[in-house]
Amino acid sequence: MSGISKRYPGVVALNNVSLSVMPGEVVALLGENGAGKSTMMKILGGVVQPDSGTVTIGGTPAKPASPADAGKLGIAFVHQELSVLDNLDVAGNINLGREPRKFGMLDVPAMHAIASKATKRVGLDVHPTTPLSNLPIAHRQLIEIARALAQDAKILILDEPTSSLTPTETATLLDLIRELKSQGVAVVYITHRLGEVTAVADRAVVLRDGNNAGELAKAELTHDRMVAAMVGRKIAGDTSYVPLTPGEVVLDVKDLTTLRHPAGKATFTLRAGEIVGMAGLVGAGRTELAEALFGITPAVTGTISLSGKPLAITSAQTAIANRLYLVPEDRRHHGLVVSLSIRENISLPDLANMQTAGLVNRAQENRITQERANALTVKAPSVEMAAANLSGGNQQKVVLARWLALSPKVMIFDEPTRGIDVGAKDEIYRLIRALAAENVAVLVISSDMEEVLRISDRVLVLRNGEVTGSIPRSDATEESILRLAVHHD
Amino acid sequence: MTNKASLKTFLARKELGIFGLLVLLCLMTSAQNPNFLRPENLQNMARLTGIYGIFSLGLAFVVITGGIDLSVGSVFALLGVALAMLLERGTPPVMAVLITVGLGAAIGVLHGILVTKVKLQPFLVTLCGLLVYRGIARTVANDETKGFGMAKGFEWLPPIANSNTLGIPNTFWLLMLVAAILWVVLHRSVFGRHLIAVGRSEDAARYAGINANSVIMKAYIICGVLTGVASILLAFFTNTVGPATHGNSYELYGIAAAVLGGCSLRGGEGSVVGVVLGATLLRVLQNLVTLLHIPSSLEFAVTGAVIMAGVLTDEILRRRRKA
Repeated sequence: MSGISKRYPGVVALNNVSLSVMPGEVVALLGENGAGKSTMMKILGGVVQPDSGTVTIGGTPAKPASPADAGKLGIAFVHQELSVLDNLDVAGNINLGREPRKFGMLDVPAMHAIASKATKRVGLDVHPTTPLSNLPIAHRQLIEIARALAQDAKILILDEPTSSLTPTETATLLDLIRELKSQGVAVVYITHRLGEVTAVADRAVVLRDGNNAGELAKAELTHDRMVAAMVGRKIAGDTSYVPLTPGEVVLDVKDLTTLRHPAGKATFTLRAGEIVGMAGLVGAGRTELAEALFGITPAVTGTISLSGKPLAITSAQTAIANRLYLVPEDRRHHGLVVSLSIRENISLPDLANMQTAGLVNRAQENRITQERANALTVKAPSVEMAAANLSGGNQQKVVLARWLALSPKVMIFDEPTRGIDVGAKDEIYRLIRALAAENVAVLVISSDMEEVLRISDRVLVLRNGEVTGSIPRSDATEESILRLAVHHD
Repeated sequence: MTNKASLKTFLARKELGIFGLLVLLCLMTSAQNPNFLRPENLQNMARLTGIYGIFSLGLAFVVITGGIDLSVGSVFALLGVALAMLLERGTPPVMAVLITVGLGAAIGVLHGILVTKVKLQPFLVTLCGLLVYRGIARTVANDETKGFGMAKGFEWLPPIANSNTLGIPNTFWLLMLVAAILWVVLHRSVFGRHLIAVGRSEDAARYAGINANSVIMKAYIICGVLTGVASILLAFFTNTVGPATHGNSYELYGIAAAVLGGCSLRGGEGSVVGVVLGATLLRVLQNLVTLLHIPSSLEFAVTGAVIMAGVLTDEILRRRRKA
């Protein structure tokens, strides 16, 4: 791909960008959110067309006009957001759009054969007739990859494929990429997890603000070099950690069980001014635990005490009334009403304090929400902008702005930096730290090991809904956490 | 704010497309047939617009939650029959009116419970309602047409639907009052903001600590109460209530008015002014068919085509705004 430019109304998404991949090569495409990575890949995948520039595949100019067209050209695209259908089974998903036919009808045995082969390649042991709705998210992601493999793609685009995978599944995927590479497949790999780039990529192409911002050869794929190339400036390493002295126990959870893990009893405490990381494999029940504490899906059994007083949290209203807040994992569907403005999103849980006789006091609402957005440096021309148009980092700040002003006692973050670029991640970490400094008890659920190790004063490990360990910062390592997270049976 | 900016915000208003369409149709009709602008014609249109507007607004609130109410027409039959029979038996008129509106509210509560607690789909709940209420109405009335005769003992009631104040039909005044209240409720109140949030994303609203069920329940109650009010006006307007046909397919007019007025059937969007304009447009259309001597067999086709034109205009304006 050379000289690719793409303009959207008001923004130049790509400006004369070039990218090449050789057969049998893994190229990492790096850049902060908004750097143009996704647009570049959408052009290759036929989802959008460039304003100018050329795509050449195997020496012949190509113009992928649609995803189907790109598929015919041997390009397979694994999207960041799941695009599998949970109303179909595994075989139905893997063959979707390319169903083998016999007399115009679905050739089910052939579909099953293709599906079995593809799932085996991604190291997944599922039957082709398993409904997708029975699979955990991580497995659905693998099905998505299996679907791309089943097309015998010459060029495979992977956009953040590991964001919902466990370390073991990630390792399987990286092995798979190496195998595809040895078979001569060209792979473009987009990720925010720089460790994976070091592990698997042969070369990295860096984009910044829609422009080529350099290339890194294999030997240069170190964490610091990559980050520096992406942000165009040096990011200070984690030198800022200052241990805080935690105060009294604020949240005391005993034998809590959820619908998902009726047998797994979670027992733990959170202290004021303490950041507790919560690690665990995907499916360990971390999100369910967070949602039980926040009252979205109340706990089945067990007791929750807040500042020593037992509390039945039966709905989010109870949690909020007791100043226990959740920043949910799914920003776009749970954290925000994305079609509403920044102002409306920030004020949503706090309208009771911005009203006179049931009517919203707009002057007060404008003033307060503007202050809150400014305090967290939400980057937007105005608070009237729809949350949908914000970058992930700024969306997360809006969710935070909503709760910070309601003087939290306990803050639960579920995957606070998923899909957020490097620079904004640091800002979120700073905000979390500032919360703890103000004596808030903070629980950070994360699948990103680097994140857990970086910000936690203490790490809890969850397995099958049960807290299997509490590791102080000084002893927390990837290994010590994993040992408690994995199954031993 | 510069002139250009204010023009742009004005253009961005959802109601503009439908308002333009309404003006266009009025100009066209009056050019073809001057009778369109005669006071009696305008009064007659305004009277029906009042009735249609009131229940369309109720329906719009349900549509904003992402739901729908298909039972409105049958509720008209049931409540119309109930009102006539109550008055026939000498129930004090104020009491009869309150019971009728109360029945409407009760139906709203029932729909609300089935939707929020039992988690049934609004389409199904109200489709069953459409069948059940019609059946009850016919059974209760013994399939006989009920009426108010000379309104002995409640002479003051029918004029609410049939008379004018200051030359403007009472039903239209009533619509203005209801619309003003609902405008404040939808566009200025905390409940209105919650309604928009729940309609667009029930999950996100719950994560913000909003009691989504209670918000949805209130929308169905508002719809029930306004359907109750409209049912009284409609019954006195027609003066007889044939349980098998009274109010047939009115729910569709209400839904059409709501959609024309900028409510998305996906929920989370809506405008009170838009819905009132939508209801007005539907009445103008029906009037136009008569005045322009379009064969009445074509009435539905014309209505359908114009609704489609309205929705298309809105969509085109929306895309222009995005570009």
